[in-house]
Amino acid sequence: MLGLLVVLALALVTVSFREAEDGPLHRVQGAAASALEPLQVAVERVARPFRDAYGWTTGLFDARSEAERLRAENEQLRLQVIQNESALQQNVDLRRLLDYVEGPTFPRDHGYIATTVISRPATAFEQEIVLPVGTADGVELYAPVVTAEGLVGQVTRVTEEQSRVTLLTDESSAVSAVDVVTQAEGIVEPGVPGETLVMNRVSKKAVVNVGDEVMTSGWRSGNLESLYPRGIPIGRVTSVGRLNTDLYQQVQIESDVDFSSLDSVLVLVSKPGSGR
Amino acid sequence: MTDALTVAGLVFAAALLQASLFSSLDVLGGTPDLLLLCLLGVALLRGSVTGAVAGFGGGLLLDVLTLDTLGVTALLLALTGYWAGRYGETTGRERAHAPVVAVVVATILVLLFGFVLHFVIGEEVSARRAIAEAMVAGVGLNLLLGAPVFALCRALLRRDVRDARTAEVQLLG
Repeated sequence: MLGLLVVLALALVTVSFREAEDGPLHRVQGAAASALEPLQVAVERVARPFRDAYGWTTGLFDARSEAERLRAENEQLRLQVIQNESALQQNVDLRRLLDYVEGPTFPRDHGYIATTVISRPATAFEQEIVLPVGTADGVELYAPVVTAEGLVGQVTRVTEEQSRVTLLTDESSAVSAVDVVTQAEGIVEPGVPGETLVMNRVSKKAVVNVGDEVMTSGWRSGNLESLYPRGIPIGRVTSVGRLNTDLYQQVQIESDVDFSSLDSVLVLVSKPGSGR
Repeated sequence: MTDALTVAGLVFAAALLQASLFSSLDVLGGTPDLLLLCLLGVALLRGSVTGAVAGFGGGLLLDVLTLDTLGVTALLLALTGYWAGRYGETTGRERAHAPVVAVVVATILVLLFGFVLHFVIGEEVSARRAIAEAMVAGVGLNLLLGAPVFALCRALLRRDVRDARTAEVQLLG
């Protein structure tokens, strides 16, 4: 009996791994997942108050220090807003003078589908979530997924009614990013341990400061362009290392997104005529 | 028949709860594995064949729910269910510490074998995260959650056996 089950499991792994996304086994899996979706949504709704209570309780432990940090940050941001408004107006005027044409940016050129998370990584090996929206709702493969705090990941599999999102913390994730303040460019990848991110390939000549915000760079080269539009917040620089033996700087980034307790996310969809 | 349905219902509910609820409980880098614990409970009480079939079914269901590569979790849990069942039938028989040993060994083996399996099929996994961090916290959380889960399995599955025996006595009487 065990031998039969092992052979069956290996056959499923092989076929599932080798066949195309629209292959028969994937279609059966998608249909089964759609059939089970109401149950998952029901469990999610019943569990949400308990999960919220758990999050609230764990949040109490660092509430005081968090409040002080946010108060200081708020004061700094007020000053920054005044400077930004002045720079924004100047930017608008200069663009008008130059007839400047730019690529799609976030959030101006994107609509979104707000949805709940119905399944989270079942084991330590997966950094993926499942959403109850699919092609029928307008979700496209490789669509970026965000929350109010920043970039979450991208859709890596989509069926008619569900989509799987690979999180930014997954080992296979990589996003071209830019330091908002100094415009230093690099590639953000998952770091270790836990949910720290690392910005790799940052030239040693580039300036990166602790506390700088990092966002998606949204590059375009000929017919090729980044899967992520420019302007999605990724996180904040927490440390910068410059070792003589390394070719690049070691930049650590802390995301504001709590990847372990995602409840609701926004799936970005391109607006018609946005250039994508 | 009733026993098989109870096992199927238990595994189904555990897989659903694991995918929707328990996997989001991140405590010290690890998550409790309700499906694995239910599987161990079933396998220790019902033996290796039931354990393997329950593991295969539960794993396949989890693969479907998470839209993951079909068969990976099914293979892992079928082997785990079979091992736990054999352990319950042989070395661990009538031993009070058998569930604790089963939880520790199964959690470690599932993580290690899972890491190898994901590596083989080309999915990038951080060894440090999957093994070092998740293992310690995972074993601890599973041990904590193990007692109530095993009690539930015992209550649901032993009751069926007792009922069957009672029915047999009534028939003879």
